[in-house]
Amino acid sequence: MKYAGLLAMPAGFLLTIAALVLYPAPGPRAAFVLCGLAVEGLGLGVAVRGHMEARRGNRA
Amino acid sequence: MNAPLTDSTFALTLALLFLAPLAIAGVALINTGLGRSRSAAQALLGNLAILAVTVIVFALVGATLAGSQPGAAGAAGLSFQLAGKSWNWVGTAPFLLGGLGAAPAQAQLAVLFQFLAVALAAMLPWGSGADRWRLAAGCAAAAIIAALVFPLTAHWIWGGGWLAQLGQNFGLGAGFLDGGGAASVHALGGLGALAVVWIAGPRKGKFPQEGLSTAMPGHNAVYVLFGALLALMGWLAWNAAGAILWLHAPLSARPVNALNTLLTAAGALAATFAMTRFRFGKPDASLCANGWMTGLVASTASSGMVTPGISLLIGIVAGVITPLLVEALELALSIDDPSGAISVHAIGGLWGLLAVGLFAPQPGQLIAQLVGIATLLGVILPLFYLLFALLNHWVPFRVDPDGERIGMDLHELGGGAYPEFVIHRDESYR
Repeated sequence: MKYAGLLAMPAGFLLTIAALVLYPAPGPRAAFVLCGLAVEGLGLGVAVRGHMEARRGNRA
Repeated sequence: MNAPLTDSTFALTLALLFLAPLAIAGVALINTGLGRSRSAAQALLGNLAILAVTVIVFALVGATLAGSQPGAAGAAGLSFQLAGKSWNWVGTAPFLLGGLGAAPAQAQLAVLFQFLAVALAAMLPWGSGADRWRLAAGCAAAAIIAALVFPLTAHWIWGGGWLAQLGQNFGLGAGFLDGGGAASVHALGGLGALAVVWIAGPRKGKFPQEGLSTAMPGHNAVYVLFGALLALMGWLAWNAAGAILWLHAPLSARPVNALNTLLTAAGALAATFAMTRFRFGKPDASLCANGWMTGLVASTASSGMVTPGISLLIGIVAGVITPLLVEALELALSIDDPSGAISVHAIGGLWGLLAVGLFAPQPGQLIAQLVGIATLLGVILPLFYLLFALLNHWVPFRVDPDGERIGMDLHELGGGAYPEFVIHRDESYR
């Protein structure tokens, strides 16, 4: 689970790069960059969740 | 290329860079004070060893990839073409600092700044791995930071790399701005700390099978608070030198830069003091020190870019989020970070970078800052985890349980930091 989250984070980064290349207008570019950051946030959330589950497993 | 430095600016910047290591000393004291007494000597020796390792490795490998050497700023480096734009992604400065002595003064100062920056960045994960991270593994991780991760980031931001060129290539303000290293030092080091904590795991007894996590307060609040004061002196010099070198700010703006640094830290301390007083009934010394440091870290990005009023606001926000984050990481997310580097340096650095985008006057600057933040989260953190997880197979991060029980000082150094003191039994080992 942690690895899935960590893999999603570069995907979010690629979205932000795509925003720069594909959208010259400020509005869509900003929206796409924010989407990229949101994907990174989701990836980080999944990675943290994976860490917590692993810790819970170790406690039990 | 910017105008060369005048003699007086060169002399001032050099003097500032001689004072900047006080920031490193402050962080080292904080790292030591927030750990346990039975690991204090190993913690402080580790900071010194990491400083030595990073300086050597950066001279051997990193400075070449950072590519900030003579004539290289903004131009030299490997690039590829994408969508009609040049993406400069790695530096190609002369090997082993060749030709540095004959380089322009500004290039020499830039290299000196980067040596200090990489040392500080590599010390941040060490504090988070306190009480269980082996010295050899800490030095090996520092070598990775100095050889690869920091040089790439520094080149992208300071060496004319693709993040610095966002303004020129895509009309995003002045490109990604990071005057003192909020990204390349603090966010980078803080994200490295998160990777270390994930890989090494928590200290034994920190998260028991039942109930809340065990409180393991730092062993010396005086070290921590004095380290925070020492860091202020270093930060004032660091931010001023960074603004001259990377933002090309005029000398006349240095007093405001210093004032902004002070105001951000003061606002952060006041906010953390009030928050902990409100939540716990009494102000918490180590959290207040962490709040102060978060303010300093945030100022690293913003002090050369915003007004004093905005600096105070940035500091207050930093001071409010610090205690909340420290608590959330430990209680909600099971992350054992003794020095608070993740909250202080990673989040503080990211907040400072975001604040520059929010309050900067240039259009497009916010997007440039967001792209930089996305790079740190989407490239640097996964890269750290990958490299450190591989390293952990070769040089295990975590000390064996017996070593953790007797303390890192006795286990790794054969002697304690306080040999005449009685070391009390640790309740968490019952």
